[in-house]
Amino acid sequence: MAKNKRKSRLNWLEQVAPWGVPILLIIIWQLLSQIGWLPTRILPAPTSVLQAAIQLAKSGELWRNLYISTVRACIGFLIGGGIGFVLGLLNGLFPIAEKLLDTTIQMVRNIPHLALIPLVILWFGIGEQAKIFLVAIGVMFPIYLNTYHGIRTVDGGLIEMGKVYGLKPWELFWRISLPGALPSILVGVRYALGIMWLTLIVAETIAADSGIGYMAMNAREFLQTDVVVFSILLYALLGKLADMATALLEKRLLQWHPNYQTVPA
Amino acid sequence: MTQLPRGADLKLLDLGKRFGNHAVLRELNLEVASGQFVAIVGRSGCGKSTLLRLVSGLDHPTSGIIYQDGNPLRQLNRSARVMFQDARLLPWQRVWENVGLGVQQNWKERSLWALQQVGLASHAQDWPSTLSGGQRQRVALARALVSQPRLFLLDEPLSALDALTRMDMQHLIERLWQEQGFTTVLITHDVEEAVALADRVVMIDTGRVALDLQVSLSRPRQRQETAFVTLVERILKHITGLESREQTSDSYRLSLDIRSEHHSHHQYSHPANPQ
Ligand SMILES: Nc1ncnc2c1ncn2[C@@H]1O[C@H](COP(=O)(O)OP(=O)(O)OP(=O)(O)O)[C@@H](O)[C@H]1O
Ligand SMILES: [Mg+2]
Repeated sequence: MAKNKRKSRLNWLEQVAPWGVPILLIIIWQLLSQIGWLPTRILPAPTSVLQAAIQLAKSGELWRNLYISTVRACIGFLIGGGIGFVLGLLNGLFPIAEKLLDTTIQMVRNIPHLALIPLVILWFGIGEQAKIFLVAIGVMFPIYLNTYHGIRTVDGGLIEMGKVYGLKPWELFWRISLPGALPSILVGVRYALGIMWLTLIVAETIAADSGIGYMAMNAREFLQTDVVVFSILLYALLGKLADMATALLEKRLLQWHPNYQTVPA
Repeated sequence: MTQLPRGADLKLLDLGKRFGNHAVLRELNLEVASGQFVAIVGRSGCGKSTLLRLVSGLDHPTSGIIYQDGNPLRQLNRSARVMFQDARLLPWQRVWENVGLGVQQNWKERSLWALQQVGLASHAQDWPSTLSGGQRQRVALARALVSQPRLFLLDEPLSALDALTRMDMQHLIERLWQEQGFTTVLITHDVEEAVALADRVVMIDTGRVALDLQVSLSRPRQRQETAFVTLVERILKHITGLESREQTSDSYRLSLDIRSEHHSHHQYSHPANPQ
């Protein structure tokens, strides 16, 4: 019993500990603003950022922009991630496809996708397609690379075993290649989510009339530093949420992996 | 449709396999009767695994034919199951899913049955990564036997296990073979294991059958018995005899290489380690 109690307390500590440093920073920040060391124009106090947030939430502006940004992020991610995943599978499974496509993909990959912004604006204006296109291009390559790499590094011994045990090509893929590649694919997803937000921030600040990036840029024109700071924090929060979602996904999908196993007490 | 016997019978005719210019097997002839337990020994690199891959249909001979039950084997051998040196369990499937791999109907019942045979029914729901090396090989054994194969091929499946676990596994394999009557080909570098389990010990050298000995000791075999010990010694003598006769054999050269390499390594390590 006593042991159990200690354990749950430790558990609680473990959950809270990572938040200690950010909370401390916010407290220091607040103090510095209050004694006037930090001019409001440079960095408004956490309380005024919070006030700005509440106001934005009340007026509905926050939700509208948040919704638009999220939709863009998701659509771009699904399109780009889907293409990257399929290409990765193709090239990982079929040497012919690899011979045909890999060089091209590697060449395109070496263009920083944000360098395409001027061209993309010429093509699509500042419409939705522009942002979605950029996000899709950005997430495609990490997912492609990690899917491809994951498939290629699946233990050949397992595939050979599968053949001897009478698995058909489809079963070989479904039961051996894909699960074997999954840890690598999820690394790609995690990385791609980072790129997804980054791309969206840049795209929305440069060419948009809605979204969180636009909200920040708009606030800058009216010298609303608190809104700008809040938008930045919002991106951090969204990034963290996406990361947590993949961590959860990993935990579910990679239960078998020794790294994710908790030994039953 | 005629009823095939429980164990497959094999006939390897003038079997040859080369990788590029390197002829690993040449004109190898071997007949294995239905239900027989054959152990194959030979020094490392003599082509034992290659032979097993040919019989399992994973690879194809460059020349010669393999007949199984009188029919030439042309593709994957459907009636054979292979056990490898490593267990090759799928880490992302639970133990019983691994055992049920490739089973078409009632995989759950059948894999539980097979796990019972190897004494691991209580671990059916575990992940393979939580098992010990010996337990993993037992799961691999259950997986091989769940579909009641007619031919069981084992490529040094016990060599990575400790002595005690190995003995347990040997008894288990012998018992299951006696109960189920499949034909068994066991590759091993452990002559004692070969004599303990097999009806017949076949030695491969320079791509051919160099020795083919019947083991007519009664089962269960007692390893302390004089007849057992003499037989083991006789086979060992044969192996070492072959090696000393071929002074230029690979293994002889290899041992020289290792020695000279060791020597030079010594010299190099001195300056980096001043005393
Ligand atoms: N796929 C391959 N390509 C080229 N050479 C091969 C291939 N497979 C095996 N060989 C060669 O064939 C020879 C026999 O290999 P094999 O694995 O059959 O030996 P083995 O008797 O099983 O040895 P060990 O006891 O060490 O397992 C070796 O010289 C090996 O290098
Ligand atoms: Mg071998």
